[in-house]
Amino acid sequence: MANLTTDFIGIKSPNPFWLASAPPTDKEVNVRRAFEAGWGGVVWKTLGSEGPPVVNVNGPRYGAIWGADRRLLGLNNIELITDRPLEINLREIKSVKRDYKDRAMIISLMVPCDEDSWKDILGHVEDTEADGVELNFGCPHGMAERGMGGAVGQVPEYIEMITRWCKMHTRMPVIVKLTPNISDIRKPAEAAKRGGADAVSLINTINSITSVNLDSFAPEPTIDGKGTHGGYCGPAVKPIALNMVAEIARSRETHGLPISGIGGITTWRDAAEFMALGAGNVQVCTAAMTYGFKIVQEMISGLSEYMDEKGMANTSELVGRAVPNVTDWQFLNLNYVTKAHISQDDCIKCGRCYAACEDTSHQAISMSDDRTFTVKDDECVACNLCVNVCPVENCITMIELPKGAMDERTGRPVSDYANWTTHPNNPTATAAE
Amino acid sequence: MSNSPLTPGVVAERLSPAAYAENFSDVQPVFDRHEARVAADRCYFCFDAPCMTACPTSIDIPLFIRQIATGTPDAAAKTIFAQNILGGMCARVCPTEQLCEEVCVREVAEGKPVEIGRLQRFATDTLMGKGVHPFTRAASTGKRVAVVGAGPAGLACAHRLALKGHEVTVFERHAKPGGLNEYGIAAYKTPENFAAREVEWLLKIGGITVKTGVELGRDVTLDELEKDYDAVFLGIGLAGVNALRAAGEDLKGARNAVDFIAELRQSDKPSVAVGRDVVVIGGGMTAVDAAVQSKLLGANSVTMVYRRGKDKMSASEYEQDHATQSGVRIIYGAAPVRVLGDASVEGVEFAYTHDGPNGLEMGETFTLKADQVFKAIGQTLGAAPIGKDGAKLVKQQGKIWAGGDCAAGGEDLTVTAVAEGRDAAEAIHASLMA
Repeated sequence: MANLTTDFIGIKSPNPFWLASAPPTDKEVNVRRAFEAGWGGVVWKTLGSEGPPVVNVNGPRYGAIWGADRRLLGLNNIELITDRPLEINLREIKSVKRDYKDRAMIISLMVPCDEDSWKDILGHVEDTEADGVELNFGCPHGMAERGMGGAVGQVPEYIEMITRWCKMHTRMPVIVKLTPNISDIRKPAEAAKRGGADAVSLINTINSITSVNLDSFAPEPTIDGKGTHGGYCGPAVKPIALNMVAEIARSRETHGLPISGIGGITTWRDAAEFMALGAGNVQVCTAAMTYGFKIVQEMISGLSEYMDEKGMANTSELVGRAVPNVTDWQFLNLNYVTKAHISQDDCIKCGRCYAACEDTSHQAISMSDDRTFTVKDDECVACNLCVNVCPVENCITMIELPKGAMDERTGRPVSDYANWTTHPNNPTATAAE
Repeated sequence: MSNSPLTPGVVAERLSPAAYAENFSDVQPVFDRHEARVAADRCYFCFDAPCMTACPTSIDIPLFIRQIATGTPDAAAKTIFAQNILGGMCARVCPTEQLCEEVCVREVAEGKPVEIGRLQRFATDTLMGKGVHPFTRAASTGKRVAVVGAGPAGLACAHRLALKGHEVTVFERHAKPGGLNEYGIAAYKTPENFAAREVEWLLKIGGITVKTGVELGRDVTLDELEKDYDAVFLGIGLAGVNALRAAGEDLKGARNAVDFIAELRQSDKPSVAVGRDVVVIGGGMTAVDAAVQSKLLGANSVTMVYRRGKDKMSASEYEQDHATQSGVRIIYGAAPVRVLGDASVEGVEFAYTHDGPNGLEMGETFTLKADQVFKAIGQTLGAAPIGKDGAKLVKQQGKIWAGGDCAAGGEDLTVTAVAEGRDAAEAIHASLMA
């Protein structure tokens, strides 16, 4: 049985599954239930400065999009940081941590952009015996209007400055949580590293309007006829998050910087993918908000089974395994040739591959009178669209042509690796020596 | 409740009023909005969809299901009605397990098709429930067409002709329009007077006059119609019933199943008399409807006897299962020899059959106790007002067209009759406007 224990920047947890800073980690009662369910750690919902806490709207906080059978695919929220007094949160954190010493307890923080505010809050949290802090530079709504959260995360200089203050004023490990609402995720990650961050966590939520009410003509969620952009999360954001994690993991400047992966993680498989792209652990929110805390049991059993099958004894063997295979487009092998193949045994004859290919791609699938669908190798460019629209998993697969085999589409045999940098059509091609 | 299932003879009121109400309630209630959305989500929106090809009226099924899935059931209903104006009834009575749902790719993949029939009912009930007729008549063409028979074929034909701007008169020999929809379908498939409501809704297109109680050959002649109208459509169905050609078939208690089914549709259920031991002879939908409804009326034992094997039976597997689940016993491979009894039916003697060189051969005999026997071995055309093609009417002769059960080709299904009536209307329209 694989060992799921993880050591993330010196913080140990029995498994790599943490709950992200969010509504599920706002109160002692929730966090105790989470730990009872088996979660390896939590990032307590963001605390603000001492004094009267922030207030939330009293109308709907969440909007969503759904797939078939109303499966929740994306969720957005306009909730702010904790709206409970600082001292209550601190007391509860201390109480829970005392009873669950083997679990990771991280405290998320967001205070105004001055050194005293950060020094002050850090002083308060040290006493809880929490394992670390996470700086919330990500929330894109509400708090950003007040110069905090996402507003800070969009300015690398501020990230660096605040991170440095925090490292100066606490002995606890500091994780910097990044906003995806920027054009190049590497810049804030580099700033965090320069400021001395022990790790980055990403992604926070994405600016979004989930839908528009076509009766009231207001964005959802609607508060008294008005709406505002909220932070988007859930399965729909996973591809965006995976890319951003990979960008940081493979960048020369930030390679090796520990990453806590966040963004639409719903199953063990999602978690494993983040870890393979360099995340030392993962944080989950929407999946728990959709299905409850029990999902961690599937994540634990699934990741264990996978690691056993792969002969991995420890999660560190998985972390970063896919990073060397993330590259730039220009280095992709242009002489790698595949052709779609439809398994007639598995085909249910829906014809979606045909419609997709005929209407929107390369007219490379034929349809017979008895609804047999066959790939035309001399037309197939291997785009993979048919694979993606087929309702039966693995019915259509991409078959690689071996070196030397004839590609019927181009009339040329498959040859050795060659990429765009040396391609004759590339005006800036460098001649192979 | 003066009687019980055990009361001998053919009597009414075998059950409590509550039992009648339950037995003859909607056999498959309409989906609610949530159920419809869940069911609609299962459709793959196939290319050149097999379900659409299998539908005799070629309803664009993937499109109407997508319209349900996107929250526009009225648009879905319009998609259905554009091809099949009796889409509401067809949603209730179509043997979908032999048509659209049989070829659904999810039936192929999982053995569980998209529930097309029930989705169709959801859409059509939604729109019809608003009392709205979704089509508008074209400007009057000044052409007049006579339609004989207000069954599915005649109604579909009349509607399409009216839509095109023609003036239509429908002649119906029965007291009510609807044909088999009104008189020939099991009561539990179309409760709450749906057939009559559907006709009323269909006629909202305008331009259609229905004359009931008028029979071709008795009250009006084909020559007169030909003289008075620009075209004539015959949708006269099958008026005759095949005889058993077995001794004793005229004994008291032996009856044509179609008459029993019609009586059930037009009566309060407790007042319909049924035997204690019922034997139904035949293997089609009429036989199943008579057998199941005998059971629902409180008959103590109901046996359906079909002369060939299960695979040859024209009632679908689904209907056979429905019959057996309702408590009907089905005996395959036995043919009636004689109906027994002095004045009234006391039993039926059958012989087991097997295939021989000259067709079915009779073997060992057995007797079933019976006080009521329903004959359901098929219907026939009766008198042919125009030429015949085989056992049925030719589809066109001069300015006369024919469609539905009375005409050559196609199966004897409501949905086929609708398609033929509609297509005849298109042909008549093309001919009148040429």
